[in-house]
Amino acid sequence: MHELSLTQNIVEICERAAAGRNVLSVTLEIGELSGVMPDAVEFCFEACAHGTVLESASLRIEQVGGLGRCNGCGAETAVKSWFDPCRECGGYGLEIVRGEELRVKELEVA
Amino acid sequence: MCTVCGCETDHHYDHDHHREEPRAGQRLTVEEDILGRNNRIAARNRALFAGKGVFVLNLVSSPGSGKTTLLERTLADLAGRHRCAVVEGDQQTDNDAVRIAATGVPVKQVNTGAGCHLDAHMICHAVEGFDLDGLDLLFIENVGNLVCPAAFDLGEAHKVVVLSVTEGEDKPLKYPQMFHNSDVMLLNKTDLLPHLDFDVARCREMARRVNPGITIFELSARTGEGMGAWYGWLAARVGKR
Ligand SMILES: Nc1nc2c(ncn2[C@@H]2O[C@H](COP(=O)(O)OP(=O)(O)OP(=O)(O)O)[C@@H](O)[C@H]2O)c(=O)[nH]1
Ligand SMILES: [Mg+2]
Ligand SMILES: [Zn+2]
Repeated sequence: MHELSLTQNIVEICERAAAGRNVLSVTLEIGELSGVMPDAVEFCFEACAHGTVLESASLRIEQVGGLGRCNGCGAETAVKSWFDPCRECGGYGLEIVRGEELRVKELEVA
Repeated sequence: MCTVCGCETDHHYDHDHHREEPRAGQRLTVEEDILGRNNRIAARNRALFAGKGVFVLNLVSSPGSGKTTLLERTLADLAGRHRCAVVEGDQQTDNDAVRIAATGVPVKQVNTGAGCHLDAHMICHAVEGFDLDGLDLLFIENVGNLVCPAAFDLGEAHKVVVLSVTEGEDKPLKYPQMFHNSDVMLLNKTDLLPHLDFDVARCREMARRVNPGITIFELSARTGEGMGAWYGWLAARVGKR
């Protein structure tokens, strides 16, 4: 459950950015290969936001699909896991170019 | 606030990017990495270790794969060859630290409580008591957990994943992020292979699917079989900056 410590980080980042204003909404980018479950972040968010300027903020999570580039042939493949093969040559060990994101994208402040 | 290491536990450090003053109903672009703070402290740890010439390994695995047993034997066998220290991460107890201390090597126990992983800030403080100038090799035994520690850089040179043959050969595919992020896999408890139907070749193949570059050693921390190749890998790297 490292989603709890990640959510604490999210709240800290938002508090700094909001500089005392109430936060209406938070938008996160979570990659499908980040190992982080959006449901678990949502679950933790309520507890972590309690008593902060994020107390009544809504949480929006944008999931980012995985994309890998083949070191062998250079083709890019949409991937769901770390071990999906290249769609062109079948090679393994794609370099992940997208899908590991864990980012606070934007806030809406009152 | 943390004054010792200067890490950002307070709320007013500078960001590289520009940030506007918030106005009512305004959208603020943040674009900040949720693991950014951990990664910054990890980078500082890495620079510290590099400056002191300490080779640091982060041992990760599921509970009970044999990390502490492996360390006990490694430390005993390397005594006099490399100057070692250990950071032990567990949710509770100092049982593992007591076992390591019996080998005569400096050890620091970190209890994470409810936490499921070590983070860079814990390591930054855990090494404060060590004489880093007098060390060649620092082993960090992470909390037994094949999921969460994968995401947290501690400032180590390499993650080393320990997998025991009693856990089943498909672990690399079930916990791919950990095997992807590790540079070495130690396949432990090979002394038990005669009693199991564990398929070593299949396990290697699955680990390579997740991470083609992973270095694999088969060994038994119980009998010592196969430990020589692991020590050779260490010796080739310790002392090199
Ligand atoms: N047969 C056999 N047993 C082993 C071997 N290595 C460790 N064990 C046993 O496995 C059990 C767990 O070993 P530990 O070294 O405590 O494992 P660990 O990974 O440090 O465990 P946690 O710190 O609790 O995650 C103990 O009973 C060890 O004696 C091995 O190579 N062969
Ligand atoms: Mg242990
Ligand atoms: Zn290819």
